[in-house]
Amino acid sequence: MPICKFVDLSLVLKMQTSRFTLLYRNFANNIYSKPLSRNRFTHKAFFHATKKILQTSGAPAPAEGYLPGVAQSKFIKSTQEEALKNSELMNTGVANGETKKMNMFQAINDAMGIALTTDETAVVFGEDVAFGGVFRCTLGLAEMFGKDRVFNTPLTEQGIVGFGIGMAAVGHTAIAEIQFADYIFPAFDQLVNEAAKYRYRSGGLFNVGGLTVRSPCSAVGHGGHYHSQSPEAYFTHTPGLIVVMPRGPIQAKGLLLASIRDRNPVIFLEPKILYRAAVEEVPVGDYELPLGKAEILKSGKDVTVVGYGSQLYTLENAIKLAEKDIPGLSCELIDLRSLLPWDVDTVANSVNKTGRLVISHEAPQTSGFAAEVATSIMERCFLRLEAPIQRVCGLDTPFPLIFEKFYVPDMSKCYDTIKEVVNY
Amino acid sequence: MITLNILDLILYDAQRQGRISFYMTNFGEEACIGSAAGLDNEDMIFGQYREAGTLLYRGFTLDELMNQCYSNEKDLGKGRQMPVHYGSKKLNFQTISSPLATQIPQASGAAYALKRAGNKNCVMCYFGEGAASEGDFHAALNIAATMKCPVIFFCRNNGFAISTPALEQYKGDGIASRGIGYGIDTIRVDGNDVWAIYNVTKAARKLAVEENRPVLIEALTYRIGHHSTSDDSSAYRPKKEVEDWKRLDNPLVRLRKWLEDKNWWNENLENEYRSSIKKEVLTAFSKAEKLHKPSITELFNDVYDHPTPNIIAQRQKLKQLIEKYPNNYPLEKFKNKGKDL
Repeated sequence: MPICKFVDLSLVLKMQTSRFTLLYRNFANNIYSKPLSRNRFTHKAFFHATKKILQTSGAPAPAEGYLPGVAQSKFIKSTQEEALKNSELMNTGVANGETKKMNMFQAINDAMGIALTTDETAVVFGEDVAFGGVFRCTLGLAEMFGKDRVFNTPLTEQGIVGFGIGMAAVGHTAIAEIQFADYIFPAFDQLVNEAAKYRYRSGGLFNVGGLTVRSPCSAVGHGGHYHSQSPEAYFTHTPGLIVVMPRGPIQAKGLLLASIRDRNPVIFLEPKILYRAAVEEVPVGDYELPLGKAEILKSGKDVTVVGYGSQLYTLENAIKLAEKDIPGLSCELIDLRSLLPWDVDTVANSVNKTGRLVISHEAPQTSGFAAEVATSIMERCFLRLEAPIQRVCGLDTPFPLIFEKFYVPDMSKCYDTIKEVVNY
Repeated sequence: MITLNILDLILYDAQRQGRISFYMTNFGEEACIGSAAGLDNEDMIFGQYREAGTLLYRGFTLDELMNQCYSNEKDLGKGRQMPVHYGSKKLNFQTISSPLATQIPQASGAAYALKRAGNKNCVMCYFGEGAASEGDFHAALNIAATMKCPVIFFCRNNGFAISTPALEQYKGDGIASRGIGYGIDTIRVDGNDVWAIYNVTKAARKLAVEENRPVLIEALTYRIGHHSTSDDSSAYRPKKEVEDWKRLDNPLVRLRKWLEDKNWWNENLENEYRSSIKKEVLTAFSKAEKLHKPSITELFNDVYDHPTPNIIAQRQKLKQLIEKYPNNYPLEKFKNKGKDL
């Protein structure tokens, strides 16, 4: 088991800042010096576009670090008006309510606070959650709700999930935390053989609908093999589970509350790089966002781009660049949000309109979730497809330390693929 | 205990005749029923698979048991799991699953929930000495101790995990010696003595419920039957050893002698009782055999609380397929013959 599970996030993100600054400078230089052979545009124009999108104001990065692109993202709601201009919030009672500036860990904390307030049987537990959690997601909850409701467990992932299943099996609400998604595998048996099949195998006599397993996932700049993984596809192959991944604070709160209250076991994967980087105005009230539904972040007519979690910001930038580069190009960007069950209809409708599809995720390509999306869309949209469906994913290697920037499906990889699909 | 014994004899043979697909007997471990007697009926039970006696003690009917083994339309589990994977919401017996030891940390969690609910009940968790080698055993006992869960861990140490003798399972002093290491009150008991089991369970329950302390009980017994109907135990242990246990230390015989000593039982009563139970079991058996299998729709239900779009689409596809090739599927065996898909 892990030798070191604790990652000092502020340190990670500080290093992250310089890493990204360097990455972008290299990127721009590379583009300038080594033209991509199949480009239809002038490289000079591309260079200027790149520079404009990637250049920050010149001010130093915030101390807690950031994911470049998030702060400038159009999908981050920085005013109350923007935050509440959301059709899904219309009937939730927070449509006209207050909002508060929160980052993602604060929004997750807020959701758990509401869950504990509204459900007397709800408890939060895992490794190191009592003092606030290694990512601060459970900060203050033990003080507010008591040590019998927010508590540390011994260091055992199979025990944590088994314990949560037992609580849920007798009708209670269990919100379990696995410190990093990389360490969810010791609990794989409990999740796949037990939680997922509990209702089915008992003929509906028993169920563990009250179980939610939260876990930080995805790249963080220098997480190496065991602080970077995106294990969603291992779980999307398991009937009976719900798998969710939010892209920011508003979503994290609404989807987490929905997950906790959903009557099925949910694996809630939180891209850890967004914990501090994504800051937006979040409704302070109690609201839920729908599971199993995708969200169209940007409408377009030429190519459908699908992603989830932190990858959406990379895609947003890649699209911005492609649209700038190819005049008249318009890309449609879809955030899947739920990976199991996933919203085939929204993606199929989009591809029937655009005729092209690019799917991107950080997890390795082979048997990754993009394979499922690609096959389903090929089945549903065969006659409308004008180019092969493309995947931009992590490489089929373990997640590497020093090679991270070559490994991840970064903006240049996404940009290049979108362009190739459009030019096919 | 006698009912369990007769059930085992009949269902074991039924499997041998190909009438049910699988069975696991309880021969030699019938005295474990004493633990059910030491519990409150509201206490939640998590089992492994060789605890049918506790279910019978709580009032699981012969019909319910047969329906499960036959996977028929009245099976509470809707025919989805292998035989002997019983469960009963009414009797507070969580449905059995095949993966070993997974139920142990679940029992700790359930016990924690019961403690929070404040209804003064405990959780009983059964497992074999082989299952105690799984990581889940370790996780469960450690969590139960640190979180002060009112749970009783009941280990049936019957000497074998399929073909593996206990000597190849552990090097320490059985399972009981481990309890101390976790800070758990522990006791070892003669697993063929129904009263000893009853007494320790009753005392364990008191500790669990009144002081929120987990308790570990190790009941030493011997697996007289084969591991399951897929196993021939003569391949790894001498038949004489089995015969000796059956003859010299048989929980049924021991209880019978005690009853006879009290003048509460005799040869005639035993014979009468056995033949009347046998009749009941056979009646339930043939009733269960005649029933239809569940509706094919049940293949798709209960994966989630509501069927998801992909599951609805797959159900629709199967419906069209069996309409196209009705002769390729045993439709007449199933309730509604697939028409309600």
